[in-house]
Amino acid sequence: MPSIYVDHAATTPMSPAAFKAISSQMQVLGNPSSLHTHGRSTRKSVEDAREVIAKQVDCLPTEVIFTASGTEANNIALKGLYWQGRAQGKSVVVISAIEHHAILDPAQWLKDHEGAELITVGVTSDGVIDLVSLKNIIDQRASEIAVISIMHANNETGTLQPISEVVAMAGQIPVHTDAVQSFKKTPLSFSQLGVYAMTLSAHKVGGPLGIGALILKRAVEIPALLHGGGQEREIRSGTLNAPSIVAFAAAAQDEYPSAQVIELRNQFIDHVKELFPDVIINGKNVDRLPGIVNVTFPGTQSDTLLLLLDKANVSASTGSACSAGVHEASHVLLAMGHTQQSAQSSLRFSFGSTSTHDDLNFILSVLPDVITRGRAANIK
Amino acid sequence: MKLIAAMSGGVDSAVAAARAVEAGHDVIGVHLALAANPQKYRSGARGCCTIEDSHDARRAADVIGIPFYIWDMAEEFHDGVVEDFLAEYAAGRTPNPCLRCNEKIKFAAVLDRARSMGFDGVVTGHYARTQISESGKTLHRAVDHSKDQSYVLSVLTIEQIAGAIFPLGDTTKVDIRKEAEARGLAVAQKPDSHDICFVPSGDNAGWLRDRLGSETGPIVDQDGNKIGEHKGAYTYTIGQRKGLGLTVPTADGSPRFVLKIEPVTNTVVVGAREELAITTMKGERPVWCGPQVTDKEQEGFVQIRAHGAALPCTYYFDGQLLVANLAEPLLGLATGQAMVIYDGDRVVGSATICQTQ
Repeated sequence: MPSIYVDHAATTPMSPAAFKAISSQMQVLGNPSSLHTHGRSTRKSVEDAREVIAKQVDCLPTEVIFTASGTEANNIALKGLYWQGRAQGKSVVVISAIEHHAILDPAQWLKDHEGAELITVGVTSDGVIDLVSLKNIIDQRASEIAVISIMHANNETGTLQPISEVVAMAGQIPVHTDAVQSFKKTPLSFSQLGVYAMTLSAHKVGGPLGIGALILKRAVEIPALLHGGGQEREIRSGTLNAPSIVAFAAAAQDEYPSAQVIELRNQFIDHVKELFPDVIINGKNVDRLPGIVNVTFPGTQSDTLLLLLDKANVSASTGSACSAGVHEASHVLLAMGHTQQSAQSSLRFSFGSTSTHDDLNFILSVLPDVITRGRAANIK
Repeated sequence: MKLIAAMSGGVDSAVAAARAVEAGHDVIGVHLALAANPQKYRSGARGCCTIEDSHDARRAADVIGIPFYIWDMAEEFHDGVVEDFLAEYAAGRTPNPCLRCNEKIKFAAVLDRARSMGFDGVVTGHYARTQISESGKTLHRAVDHSKDQSYVLSVLTIEQIAGAIFPLGDTTKVDIRKEAEARGLAVAQKPDSHDICFVPSGDNAGWLRDRLGSETGPIVDQDGNKIGEHKGAYTYTIGQRKGLGLTVPTADGSPRFVLKIEPVTNTVVVGAREELAITTMKGERPVWCGPQVTDKEQEGFVQIRAHGAALPCTYYFDGQLLVANLAEPLLGLATGQAMVIYDGDRVVGSATICQTQ
């Protein structure tokens, strides 16, 4: 029986190069912060990796701060830039309504515990940030804004956000972008975007779990979250995870087969629309990442569909967060104008570099039965 | 068969799921999230809707080796069970929410959804048995009478019983814990849940007062003389003796008991112990767990509490109400409770008590 994986936006298979790198580095002794031969040897591997990552996102090596996750990088950036701004009397935090929980939740925490005023910018029905509204906020409150954080591409719908325009509007206000989904999937240049900070994660690009990076503009000094050895520019402490870092770099050098993934995704969309003419492809009118398709199947419940697909050996996702394992209506789809009900009738299929036409054909072969049963079992 | 195992995170449902797998069924574990905010109804290790409980259920499913999902039934639970519970109390009756949950959630919403999705039935860790007889699949008491849960399952229709699998009915609780241990299930020694799962403190009266208010009102004797004041009529139960705080003693010093709760006038009526005695009870909205009861009087047993005694009686159905005439008088019976009729250990059916005399 085949086992089909269409949840590459959640995590994607580790690339052979990354696997090789992590395996061999794990056998190497040495703390990269030690001054002796062993330490220096590991340090060299880490710094080689840092340069690779820097080259991939077009930033300076010193701008790469390794973290244990994308979530950690988001927290360092948002909280750090807020605290830096607050020290200058700026206490407004601006985010979009479709951010990942790794931005939404720290932003809410800053509001609840650190005196931040939180402004959330809405999106269009295709899931693109409302630039007019953002401009109004900046025009009126520029001197009070500590940080603006807008994701580079949305994890549920794949819609790309106009970060360059945001930066142009922001002027001197620090802008952070969560680029976890975009890295390697679409052109991404830190220096051209002109943001202050940008978040990356290894396991979305074929690297290992548990390693990420914050790209932070040179000479920007922000308060730390973790205090200790001060390994990463005094902004992030903790022994550097050399095996994961070298594997991250190895994965980052792999070519992402964009054209192939886009072709699969487009074929999938065409077939799904043919099979179920009433489906809604969320964000269909705008530029999106190659692999992500978010589909609303009216008259269904996504947790039912997920179970039925799983039973048919297809791993897809609702794309949205869980609270104690309970599926909630996606805040992203709600922000795009969906109702609770239609938001809860949506699934995310995300194709990746290992996806094939056979995968696609298999999914299409089981989907009609899944949707039929899903509609019959709809109790809402 | 393809089955959904309802897994609360407790030891019983975990062993039930494991036994269903061992019996050769194709089983999927499902945890029902019954509170939109898990802390809203319960916190700590009690009951069955905390995050810890859903983790325990997931871990048990992983150890058993079955897929596991969480189904959000919070809305259905709130509307069908919690609201019903409040409304019943507000109307002066004493409901049993576990019955309502089995009737409206576990063997209705879940079973319906499971069947639509192509499953044949629902496995639970209830202590009860089913048997195939001439009249189809029938519901029976568990072998372990001290744990028997057939009372709270007596709201299941023949259709629902057909889709219900109770793998634990032939085993004692002690042995279920041993079996869980042997199967490597971490919940083997997890304490039983008690009381009402959505009342976190176990303080039923306080929980009701918070939601229904605590409007004081008179406590009167049978002649209508006011002899005290109550703090919210619905926090009293029929037959209750303690906590009445009466200031006027009876002539002979004998204790007084709650006889009646009148929600419209917000009055609690008290009287002597013998006034509580009833010999007939009538129930509305009957459910038949097997062949329908006729107007011909039959001998059997009636049970009025989840772990109460089986009282010898004769029973019949008058076309509207299920009637039971007791062999011995019974003291203190509240309307709103379920009367469950047994023929030996077979559950005949149940109804909600609406009249007593």
